Amino acid sequence: MVVLKVFFPSCCSSAESGLLVGHWIPEQNSAVILAVVHFPFIPVQVKQYLSEVRQVTQVNVSVLGTWSNCKKKEESLSEFLEDLGTIFSHEPWIQLCKETDSKFWSCSIIQKHPSTPKEDEIILVYYDQRKVMLSHLHPPGNLTNSTDHKAEDASKLAILFDTVAKSKVLFMKDRYDDGPIKLTHWQSEGVEASIIVELMKQASIPVCMLLTFLLSFVSSVCKSRVLKFWPLCFIWSKLSTCEQLGHRLEHLQVISSNRKAQNQPQLMRKANIFVSLLADVALGILLMSWLYRKNRIGHLADTLIPVADHVAKELQDLLQWLMGVPAGLKMNRALDQVLGRFFLYHIHLWISYIHLMSPFIEMILWYVGLSACLGLTVALSILSDIIALLTFHIYCFYVYGARLYCLKIYGLSSLWRLFRGKKWNVLRQRVDSCSYDLDQLFIGTLLFTILLFLLPTTALYYLVFTLLRLLVVVVQGLIHLLVDLIDSLPLYSILLRLCRSYRLAAGVKFRVLEQKTGKPLRLLMQINPLSYGSVVQTYRLPTYSCYPKDSWGSLCKKLFLGELIYPWKHKGEKQD
Amino acid sequence: MEEREDCIALQCRQYSASCREFSVRCQPVQLRSLSAATCSVWLAAYWLFVLTQNSMVLSAAIFITLIGLIVYLHFVKIDQESLLVIASLGIQMTSSYASGKENTTFIEMSRVKDVVINEAIYMQKVIYYLCILLRDPLDPQSVSEVVPLFQSSKPRLDCLVEVYRSCQEILEQRKTVSQTL
Repeated sequence: MVVLKVFFPSCCSSAESGLLVGHWIPEQNSAVILAVVHFPFIPVQVKQYLSEVRQVTQVNVSVLGTWSNCKKKEESLSEFLEDLGTIFSHEPWIQLCKETDSKFWSCSIIQKHPSTPKEDEIILVYYDQRKVMLSHLHPPGNLTNSTDHKAEDASKLAILFDTVAKSKVLFMKDRYDDGPIKLTHWQSEGVEASIIVELMKQASIPVCMLLTFLLSFVSSVCKSRVLKFWPLCFIWSKLSTCEQLGHRLEHLQVISSNRKAQNQPQLMRKANIFVSLLADVALGILLMSWLYRKNRIGHLADTLIPVADHVAKELQDLLQWLMGVPAGLKMNRALDQVLGRFFLYHIHLWISYIHLMSPFIEMILWYVGLSACLGLTVALSILSDIIALLTFHIYCFYVYGARLYCLKIYGLSSLWRLFRGKKWNVLRQRVDSCSYDLDQLFIGTLLFTILLFLLPTTALYYLVFTLLRLLVVVVQGLIHLLVDLIDSLPLYSILLRLCRSYRLAAGVKFRVLEQKTGKPLRLLMQINPLSYGSVVQTYRLPTYSCYPKDSWGSLCKKLFLGELIYPWKHKGEKQD
Repeated sequence: MEEREDCIALQCRQYSASCREFSVRCQPVQLRSLSAATCSVWLAAYWLFVLTQNSMVLSAAIFITLIGLIVYLHFVKIDQESLLVIASLGIQMTSSYASGKENTTFIEMSRVKDVVINEAIYMQKVIYYLCILLRDPLDPQSVSEVVPLFQSSKPRLDCLVEVYRSCQEILEQRKTVSQTL
């Protein structure tokens, strides 16, 4: 038994009698009806029109059968419809018949050379033409990766969606057109268009050109040699604000380019970038208005110096505690005093520097706060940079402590090898045995003892400052994570999924309608929208994301050995 | 199937020679368990109120109960699971939740290799479940994915055997169709 599937658009259910025009897919034994041509028509003109449509759309559109919508069955009409089958020869010839007050249609197939003597089963599937045309099918993940699948394996649904989407030209003729051919399809009551969309399309061209010109000017300034001298380029690479601004500049360049988007993913990407930028700037302006109202910026600047003072005082107390008897451990008095005084002097310098800057802080902060209008992400990056600058002394202390500790550990390991009569062979990158002289052994043992007994003091300083540094790194990491989230969230896709869920289709779903024995099986095909998780995953914007460089194991190893850690790696950085 | 308290109901409908639907209806939400849960939450909240004398605890308890009920009905409690098999189109699985939400997945017939009953050893017992074997597009003979069916209602072997037999009758039809073409 052969099954024939007829996909019928629900908008044509109330159309008057005429010819069925559509695409026949022989591999799947299914007919996709696209429109109905009404009487009166001249067959030659219909054939000419259809060949024109075939050329433009590359879809094999042809007359598939007849459609009759009348109050009761008339003998003359049915004979006339059969005769039409001889004019537009198509194998098989479909005859759909609907009585005006009945839900159940009758469908018969006429085949000149029937392949099987048994009767065919017919399945009638109704589909919403407008939604199928506008929607974009997202096949399940494992199917998109195979590039060498044959045409038969290609998803049947994809062919259906493709056919309807490509036949846009067919839907451009509405019933108010003065032509020899009268069609019924989803747009036959009048072609839809929106004034706002058309105006925006016209206005976007000069705006894009202006934007491209401005952006080329800005990027030429950024790339100029003046800003590339050594201290400046080092500072630019370290500030996260510059990275974020560069990223946003790239985005603006993508939006303002004159080339039209080629396919759906590119179009969605442009739209996502545009909406994300708008949302970012809106949030930034909101933040700015909140900051500048009631002079909150002034209050912030006023509390900044006392906070910095407080942090410095806490550090001083910490160092005094370390110089005494911290946690009951007995330190080496001399080394303790040297290290403690060294760090205390640093803090003293830092405090003087902050106090020197204090009259200008309010003004600097006021102008820097204005840059929040460029976006919330820029404001957050500036916050992260301010935190980095304010805790610069903690970073310095961490580097001093780490270097001292690292030196000590290497010295200890090398002298321990000396104890056992071994040596590190740099050429062969391995440990070899070596015979030492007596005086070498003596000095080595002396140095080993000194380093070993000074280890607890250095280790404690290293531990304390590493913990402080890790705290600052975690705070900065959280801010960067938030910036990343705002950068990469595809807001336009999420809004589309919320408001026009048929545009993003994961697949279809079928519903069985009322049945009557003897009549063909009736199904309703609806679009199954994509889930929110898959929307975010498919349309995520790429960012210069920062993610942990090392695994936990290697991080612990580096901490133990005293190597400097920079736990967040940016995508553009080269691997060390 | 008899309607006992801890029973699930299977319903088979044949729409045409190549289209069948199987729906398994789970136990509906019991008033007893709902009232028990609500009462326990409110008793705990009242005891906390007596301890702390803060009326926010009571409003928080009401809020939690309402939100919890909505989340349970909309995301957790599945009322009915159904399987629609159409020989030339594909297989569709629908789960409908107590709040009316329906979650549908449709698998095209070209991706379906077979429908089988699998055994699994879970702790100390052996359970049976019906599943669809999906074909790997690169290698037509191998199975790329196994999709289990009726995961919330978990019907027993007698239900599964009936559904399996019906499914196999329909899947046979597509083999004869592909042989005649």
